[in-house]
Parts: sequence; structure tokens; C-alpha cells
Amino acid sequence: MAKIVAGIACSHVPAIGVAMDRGVTGTPYWEPLFRGYEPARAWLAALAPDVAVIVYNDHACAFSLEIIPTFLIGVAEQFPIADEGFGPRPVPTVQGSPALAWHLAESLILDEFDMTIANAMPVDHGLTVPLSITCGKPAEWPFPVIPLCVNVVQYPPPTGARCFKLGQAIRRAVEAYDQDLRVVIYGTGGMSHQLQGERAGLINREFDTAFLDGMTKDPIGLTKLTHTEYMREAGSEGVEMVMWHVMRGALDGNAKEVYRHYHVPASNTAAGLMILEDGGGT
Amino acid sequence: MKEPRDYESIPGTYVYDARRGREGYALNMFCMSLNKAENRKSFKDDASAYLDRFALTAEQRRAVLQRDWLGMLKVGGNIYYTIKIAFCDGLTFQDVAGMMSGVPKEVYAQMMLAGGRSPQGNRYKDAAKENDERG
Repeated sequence: MAKIVAGIACSHVPAIGVAMDRGVTGTPYWEPLFRGYEPARAWLAALAPDVAVIVYNDHACAFSLEIIPTFLIGVAEQFPIADEGFGPRPVPTVQGSPALAWHLAESLILDEFDMTIANAMPVDHGLTVPLSITCGKPAEWPFPVIPLCVNVVQYPPPTGARCFKLGQAIRRAVEAYDQDLRVVIYGTGGMSHQLQGERAGLINREFDTAFLDGMTKDPIGLTKLTHTEYMREAGSEGVEMVMWHVMRGALDGNAKEVYRHYHVPASNTAAGLMILEDGGGT
Repeated sequence: MKEPRDYESIPGTYVYDARRGREGYALNMFCMSLNKAENRKSFKDDASAYLDRFALTAEQRRAVLQRDWLGMLKVGGNIYYTIKIAFCDGLTFQDVAGMMSGVPKEVYAQMMLAGGRSPQGNRYKDAAKENDERG
């Protein structure tokens, strides 16, 4: 049987990827952020998962406004790196995990989550920056990846509660898979940030700290935050944090926090990273 | 849904909802086209001619040509899309965020280094409402 062994919550700020691609992570601006990533990289290398499910949002790369899937799963063999408007990032092509991805797609749909299925799509910084943060700059990514996209670009995104339930369904589907695979799940985006309008640059450390604490103390309570509460308290793009609930829902009730890093600023954003190990329960 | 939407009480924020989605579709699809290198080149070579390919309103066209970042949001621009024009110009997200909030680049950068814009006083358009909610 396959198992979810851990969850990683991680911001996906594009500038973090640019800093790595340009080799400037040691500057006074970036060094404190990247220093905090080192323990997470060591932890993940030691864990050596067989496959990762990465929950993220596309930023007008794979999808435009022509078709806006609320939840989508990528079942391809490979996912090329998107040109987001300044050329593709110089990182390895992402290898998929089609057998498990198709199993998840079928299981989730029959479990009443109406997934869109993607046989071909490029992946943008929403997926590749969390990989870079947690894996560094390898010649090939150390594990295959199943991309799971959530719409947060066109209002309304799915609710936090719905995202949490999707995570629970992912756990059921993984546990019903007949191969012994150790699966890690990423919930990406956030934390507080606002990229638009006169209020751009909003950061709410108090909100972010409570959100990080809530991941273990009161994950169900956190799912009750409304979109307007996210936008008012954590900035208009802070609503990306609904994606963390997919990750949290896929872990058991006793998931333990084993690492946390929080840093302001990464460009316009409060960058958060949290590692949760599954308790092995239900 | 009930109108006005509760998020409309947030100051300086343009939520890309159904109304803006209808208004901004062509503008954002133009931005999307800049994901292709050949289109970026055509836009750089002759912006006005390139924009003729898209059904923009006069105000959307003006906002793009003048790089009025805030103006684009007011006529249906979605920041995840309009930022592609900035990338084409060699600007960063932080450059554009500073321009939208109406302060010089250095002032904005310093605000971020100091911990960002405080939510205090920035939660409601109506300052009295914030005091009520915070008790």
C-alpha cells in the first residue's frame, strides 16, 4: 500500500527561483531566507520519498482565461518548464508519475471530486520554486511529481474547507494504491502578500504565525477562514493559502510539525516553509 | 451573490471576480500572448500595431501603452496577467508593486525590508469600520 509520509507547506515566490537561477542566494538580501531552507533540504534528502504530489496554482502559463479548472491533476510522463514571459527557468524537466496520477484521478472523481485531467501541460514557478527550495539545484529532480493545480487566479477559488476535503480524498486514494510508495505532498503559495493595487506590499506576521500554529493546533478551524478574511488580513494574493489545506487534509490528525522557517521579505511576500510528518493514524 | 461584495470594503484592492473577468478578458488574453518570445518581439517592435490584434477598449489600450499599472487593474486587468507586460519591459514584480502603490522604488523596497505594509489601518476603506471590528 502507498502512504502519505509527510507534508510540506511552502511559498512559491518567483523571485526566489530567479535568485537561485542567477546564483545570488548568498547576498545579504537573500542569505537569511536561504539559510533557513538548508535544514528542510537535509530532511527531504534523508526522507527520500518515491513521489511527490505538488499542490500549486498556475499563473497564466498552462491555462489562460479560456478555460479555468478549479481542480486539475497532471497525468503526463513529463511536464516541460513554462515560459512565463521571460523565458523558461533553467531547471530540469519535471518527470511525472502517470500510473499513480491516473489512479488518483479515477479515485478522486469516483469519490465525488470532479477533477480536470491534463495529459499535456507546462509547469510554472508555482511548482518549480518549491522544488528548488527543497531540493536545491540537482541535474535531475530526485523524485517524480504529480502536479495538482488549484484555481486562485479567477475569483472565487475553492474554499479552504473544500481543499481540506480534497486532501482527505487524496489520502484515501493513495492508501488504496497497491504499490509500496512513500508519498510526500506539498501545499504551496502564500503566505501574506498583496501584489496589486495601492495596498501592494501588505504583510501580516501575526496572521501568518497564527496560520502556521493552526496547521497542527486547529487545522479544521483554519479551514473556516473566508476568502474575504484571507484577502483583508493576508493580502489579496494571500488567498493562495487555501492550497495549504489540501496538503493538511492529506495528513492525519496527529501530524507533527518538525520544521518551520518564516522570513520577510522575499520580494513582495512573506515566505513560509513548514514540514509536517504524518502520524500514521487516520 | 449579494452586492456589494464584502471584499469591496478592502482598500486599494481589485479582486478579479466575474465582473472584472467579463471586462478584462481581451486585455488579459493580450497579456497571456506575451508568454511567446515571438509575440514579445512583435509587441516591443510596434506596440500599437500588436495591440490591434486584440479587442481592447480605448481605455485599456491607453493604460497598456502608458504602462499605467493601476489603470489596467481598474479596467479589468488581472495582476498575474498584466505583470507579463512588466516582464517584457524588464521590470520586476517589486518595481510594479511600488508604482501601483504610488511611492518611489526605494521607498517601497525599504517598506518591504522593514516588514511590509502593516494591515493596521489598511483593512477597511472606512477607517471607522476598522476601529469597530477591532474593538
